[in-house]
Amino acid sequence: MTDLIIAILSTIGVIAILIAAIGILRMPDFYLRLSVTVKAATLGSGLLLFSLAIFFPQVSVTTKAVAIGFFLLLTAPVAAHMIGRTAYLIGTTLWKGTVRDDLKGMYDKDSHRLSSSNKDVQAKQAAAGEGPDQAG
Amino acid sequence: MVKQFLMNLLLAFIWVALTGSLYFSNFYLGFLLGFFILWLMNRNEDDQRYFNRVPKIIGFILYFLYELVKANLQVAYDVITPRFFMQPGIVRYPMAARSDFEINMLSTVISLTPGTLIMDISEDRTVLYIHVMYLRDKDQFIRQIKNGFERRLLEIIR
Repeated sequence: MTDLIIAILSTIGVIAILIAAIGILRMPDFYLRLSVTVKAATLGSGLLLFSLAIFFPQVSVTTKAVAIGFFLLLTAPVAAHMIGRTAYLIGTTLWKGTVRDDLKGMYDKDSHRLSSSNKDVQAKQAAAGEGPDQAG
Repeated sequence: MVKQFLMNLLLAFIWVALTGSLYFSNFYLGFLLGFFILWLMNRNEDDQRYFNRVPKIIGFILYFLYELVKANLQVAYDVITPRFFMQPGIVRYPMAARSDFEINMLSTVISLTPGTLIMDISEDRTVLYIHVMYLRDKDQFIRQIKNGFERRLLEIIR
């Protein structure tokens, strides 16, 4: 019974990581690649760690697996956020099929401060003597 | 609240020490038994927050796992099959979470669900910018996050 659970869990985990790897190759733009990779890899390694914890009866292995899983869950989204933000700031282009981009024109070009609504941006541009950005 | 949680942990460790097997399953069993005993002892008290919160936390974890599996299947299908079905986009999401901890938990949960990725948080901390893989309808997506993750998360934290 335990063997069966371990087999199923680790297989699903490995398949998730495999799909993440294929996703890196196949996805059309950077953000989609990031989106596919981070989550599937976290899920996959989490499942592998979980089956590891079931396989070894020692308490020390279980606590280590739980701790590693916890820190993976805690740090992976932060890393994805920072990479995505940097990519947007340096102007990585979105895929041509992108239907909506609310982030466009929201960053202050010099200070990289992010405003929360369009009104702020337009007010700032009017104060700086520019008209509202037509492309935005 | 904290007192009851520590008491529950203590009862769980007593259960583990008495039964003598330090496995996680045994620990959880001890925790559940301790929770039941504490609930019996405190059922006439005014402060019931701890006993309302623990089932909600378990429910949230189950809901998160369900969403995780569902979204993973959708993304995996799109990666494997030759045609792309996605309609990516960046959505402006006005959030109700206010404190640092609430924003942190909300963005972690949203980031961990496949297909959604936090791009940035605005300077005045009222708006999240989320990159979505399957954006059929913007308002429907915002409603889905508001009624799903955010409502459940804030019920637990506040």
